[in-house]
Amino acid sequence: MTVIRFILDSVREMFRGPREYWIWLAVLSLVVIFGAVRYSEQITEGLVVTGMSDQVSWGFYISNFAFLVGIAAAAVLLVIPAYIFDRKDVKDVVLVGEGMAVAAVTMAILFVIADLGRPDRLWHMLPGIGRFHWPVSLLAWDVLVLSVYFLLNLAIPFYVLYSRYRGKEPNFRLYFPFVVIAMFWAISIHTVTAFLFSANPARPFWHTALLGPRFIASAFASGPALIIITLQIIRKLTSYHVSQTVIDLLALIMTTALQISLFFVGAELFTDFYNEGSHAASIHYLFFGLGGYYSLKGWIWFALALNLTALVILMIHPLRRKTLMLNIACVMTFIGIWIEKGMGLVIPGFVPTPLGEIFEYAPTSVELSVAAGIWAFGILVFTLVAKAVIAIEQGKIFHSKEEQRYTL
Amino acid sequence: MSNDSNSGKGCGNFDKARRNFLRGIGLGTAAAVAQPAWGGQTFQDAFADFFQKDYRRMSAEEIEAALDRIERKAQARYDVEIDCQNTPPQSGVVYGYAINISRCKGYRDCVHACVKENNLGRDSQMQYIRVLEMDQGDFNLEHSDHYYDPETVPVEGKHYLPVQCMQCDDPPCVKACPVEATWMEPDGIVVVDYDWCIGCRYCMAACPYWARHFNWTVPEIPAEEMNTNTHYLGNRPRPRGVVEKCHFCIHRTRRGQQPACMEACPTGSRIFGNLLDPDSEIRYVLANKQVFRLKEDLGTEPKFWYFSD
Repeated sequence: MTVIRFILDSVREMFRGPREYWIWLAVLSLVVIFGAVRYSEQITEGLVVTGMSDQVSWGFYISNFAFLVGIAAAAVLLVIPAYIFDRKDVKDVVLVGEGMAVAAVTMAILFVIADLGRPDRLWHMLPGIGRFHWPVSLLAWDVLVLSVYFLLNLAIPFYVLYSRYRGKEPNFRLYFPFVVIAMFWAISIHTVTAFLFSANPARPFWHTALLGPRFIASAFASGPALIIITLQIIRKLTSYHVSQTVIDLLALIMTTALQISLFFVGAELFTDFYNEGSHAASIHYLFFGLGGYYSLKGWIWFALALNLTALVILMIHPLRRKTLMLNIACVMTFIGIWIEKGMGLVIPGFVPTPLGEIFEYAPTSVELSVAAGIWAFGILVFTLVAKAVIAIEQGKIFHSKEEQRYTL
Repeated sequence: MSNDSNSGKGCGNFDKARRNFLRGIGLGTAAAVAQPAWGGQTFQDAFADFFQKDYRRMSAEEIEAALDRIERKAQARYDVEIDCQNTPPQSGVVYGYAINISRCKGYRDCVHACVKENNLGRDSQMQYIRVLEMDQGDFNLEHSDHYYDPETVPVEGKHYLPVQCMQCDDPPCVKACPVEATWMEPDGIVVVDYDWCIGCRYCMAACPYWARHFNWTVPEIPAEEMNTNTHYLGNRPRPRGVVEKCHFCIHRTRRGQQPACMEACPTGSRIFGNLLDPDSEIRYVLANKQVFRLKEDLGTEPKFWYFSD
């Protein structure tokens, strides 16, 4: 069976590499194991080991979840130029982007599972034997769109790579419809994730029609930031050709998205603060503190400063063209959006509570450790996938009847 | 949204004698082979618990078996023999609540009665009822004091507002639940199947009244304080990792008793009754007093009113 051989060869390629590669895998695995050990504490003791409470009932896990869905959606920024505008340079790296989407969705789902009080009852969600509250529950929607997006981003690259492996050109007409679906689906996953929050009039901070657009805009800034860095690392560590034009394109997209994202933040600030009603209590807590509590204040101003500085760098062409400056802007954007759309979005929704109580939240070491484990797992997944993808794309592994499957 | 519920199914006239008989057998086997490896349960019970269907899809026999397991679990965990019932809703009844806020003096007797009645975790200090203290002339919840603790109440210049689950007629928490583990019963009570909840806490984010609470750890209840009169959808001991809420004392009210908070209130501020009965006291209040509901603008249609003399 060629398919089995294809999978076996790919897996073999994933675990082939120089010493440094193995050290990298080992380090990631250790962090994963560390996270798993800390997670077992949560399993035996309950969610009491987290910093969450009845007042702030979602925390660091859901913050990371919201952010990572955006990273997953951003793969579409490679998919569109590659398949719709038929840009050869982007086509070369589009599979790397899809690999990143797979890793990001994996992490997002793991963060939700880590947040569950009863992960043993996950099967209650399965249609048929469980009760899947679709289409009413937005959380059911999110599970649905994330699962399908995950499958789409597995299936399309699988088909393309399998064709390459057999030395054939993939049949564009066959997979193009799925590419179109995946494009719309990418927007849907992040829109649904935003709706998950904005659907709650109980939480005025989230209950704004701007949340969906804001999520998309910030995702299209943080996603390219990560892809730009990743592509440069690949270019440095492998012989794989990554065209500078791809990076330039992503940098331009990122610049525009960050402009829009910051404009949305400004619009939000104006609407809430011009006539400051009780609706603005949460955003007041976030930016200025409330009733003597201000644990998020420093973080959100830091995030805003990062995003603004990054935007200045990106908007000045000579600066953006300098690799070092671009990379600094990417790191700033990634961290800035991670704070803004993570803790900066999820936590203030719970402060004050609907009954006006102010109760603060800070993640515990268990939450930080589990989160580190999940991030390491995602990076591990991406590393392995990217390793196989690059080898197949470069023609290093291919199907051959003479059993000579490896060439260098 | 569908509010249909077949919860009444098969729980009408269950055979008490048979249940007691089964319970006897169950206790015997549990005592004989109980192992801590299964959380103090027998393997069969742990297995049956894991694969237990959601409440609304269980047959009469399955519900009875579940009730027996609940009783055995309480025995193993708390060393108390409880009686877990499945009293069905009465037909022609939808419950409503009204509080006379000019009478409430902030004693919190309702809060403490509720904790005892409903077997709320003592270490977690979970409370279904919050009494908010506010300055006279101010009704902004954000200015309220949740933890007022003076020598004596009422304090001069303050007024008090007890808040609990509003049993909304269009409950956002029910819409939020991804697994339909929470729903509105035919008598209007919004309940949770603690054995079906996956603990995602989306309902807690959706509730505008902060009425939902989570079991961050196994609730700790002293054996001598356990209320042994329990209901599957109500005050039975809860497992860890699931959400719970006020259920209008379903184990009492479905048998024609008052909720514990009402019984405990020394000021007579609390009025509970059947909204469908035109002669009920609650209907009198709605017809003759100026009533209001909290956050009415959100469209949740609470079945919980406030009024003053």
